[in-house]
Amino acid sequence: MRNIPRKIIKSGFISWVVLFVLWGIVSLFYTESFFPSPLETYKGFKEIVLNGKLLEDISISVQRVLLGWSRALLIGIPVGLLIGRFRIVNWFIEPFINFFRFVPAIGFLTLFLMWFGVGEESKLILITYASIFPIIINTIAGVNTINPVKYQAAESLGANKLQSFITVTVPGAVPSILTGARLGLSTAIISIVGAEMLAANSGLGYLVYTSRLYYRTDWIFVGIVTLGILGFFADKFLRFIAKKSLKHYGVTG
Amino acid sequence: MSEKVKIRIDHMGKKYDVENKALLFTKGNSAHDNFVGHESDYVLKNVNLEIKEGEFHIFLGASGCGKTTLLNIVAGFLNKTEGHVTLDDKEILGPGSERGVVFQNADSAIFPWLTVQKNVEYGLRMRGVKKDERRKIAFDALELVGLKGHENKYPDELSGGMKQRVQIARSIAANPEVLIMDEPFGALDAQTRRTLQDELIRIWKKTGKTILFVTHDIAEAVYLGENISIFSVAPDASIVDKIQVPYSYPRNINDEKIGEFIKYTTEKLENAIRSSKEKHEQKKLTASEDYEEEEAVSKIAV
Repeated sequence: MRNIPRKIIKSGFISWVVLFVLWGIVSLFYTESFFPSPLETYKGFKEIVLNGKLLEDISISVQRVLLGWSRALLIGIPVGLLIGRFRIVNWFIEPFINFFRFVPAIGFLTLFLMWFGVGEESKLILITYASIFPIIINTIAGVNTINPVKYQAAESLGANKLQSFITVTVPGAVPSILTGARLGLSTAIISIVGAEMLAANSGLGYLVYTSRLYYRTDWIFVGIVTLGILGFFADKFLRFIAKKSLKHYGVTG
Repeated sequence: MSEKVKIRIDHMGKKYDVENKALLFTKGNSAHDNFVGHESDYVLKNVNLEIKEGEFHIFLGASGCGKTTLLNIVAGFLNKTEGHVTLDDKEILGPGSERGVVFQNADSAIFPWLTVQKNVEYGLRMRGVKKDERRKIAFDALELVGLKGHENKYPDELSGGMKQRVQIARSIAANPEVLIMDEPFGALDAQTRRTLQDELIRIWKKTGKTILFVTHDIAEAVYLGENISIFSVAPDASIVDKIQVPYSYPRNINDEKIGEFIKYTTEKLENAIRSSKEKHEQKKLTASEDYEEEEAVSKIAV
């Protein structure tokens, strides 16, 4: 029985209650259009749930995030593996990475719109750009943690360079690749607001950005909370799947 | 044991890596106390050895004597500086599947993402051996090391001794001509170590492989080896003594004669260490005299 209070504290439930209470208190001092209370936000939430707008925004944003993030994985993991394993690739590519990873995706917003148009493509490229760097950098780090003895073992069992790359480098880097994928997913979700800020007519970022035009601050709050919840559960889900299926690769969750 | 020479090491020398050279000339660096002076940049110098086909050969030496360096050269992980190291009269230039290696630390050597079975099949898979045949060979290798029934386990479910068995089975399954073992039982408890030593002898007898076994444990050397190469201490380490162990297998470690032989081997090893220490002292002295002279000269110049 004594474990129950502990469990409640550990689950973070209390933190959420405190946050809600503080939110409620602060909102007492301001108008609805400046700082809506939890209840007002809930009302706004109900409104856009019932007219189907929120669900549509969520689904379009989730699609964009998943597409952009998948592309980042598809490009970032192989690039990271090659950079980590082969010094010559490292010499050629690393300078670019260390330059561009400090330029935020938002910095490219207008350029991407100009180059890739106002359609889906520019948004996807922005998300891919934002999420690819944590993926590449963590993959490189993962390759570097592999014990050189594993390569020696592989080679003295007859593996050639390509075989040892596939059978040692790739599986050996899995835990760090997963860390990169998780961080990449969170930056993808973060960058969705930027991506949908211009030239979009739906999506959570669009909701957050345009609701101010109608003084619907409550909808902005709904958008923010939804983004947070989506990220929270996406990360949980990713960790759960990884822990179940990648245990022997050294993924501890 | 046939009379055919399997591995030949001929006037082989190995210098310290150039990258580490800065370290070697740092005076007072505890780990490199002996390494003062310009000529002392050889780890191994003038090493000569012949290992016959089917022989159980031991490299015995103190920690840091250079025996693992020599093993790494034979395995092909390190390049030599001069001389020759050949397998069947062919120069060794890199790692190869005809030389299986059992590493000291099984945890870093086996693949934790593969089952025991898959680990043992690894070498065969790299060579493109068909699945059925792979299974059969792996099964036999696992039976040989006493791991039958553990095929589908993952390495993290095994004890240290069992992991080392997986490593041995993995090497055997790839069917190397020479089995190179780097203190493979060093990290195990005494009981497991004794069991694995006995099993290694049994496996060696059964497969007839040439075994090159590195250890700093004198009793282990005498218990296992047909021939023991005794190493002096680096820098300028080499094989300074070769002993033939005149007892048949299985040997009894508590046997009085074996005990005497361990004492005899201990003396030989101590002699080797003492004389190389003296040599290093001598060198250090000459080097510091040179240094003082140089200093005196530079003072005069000022």
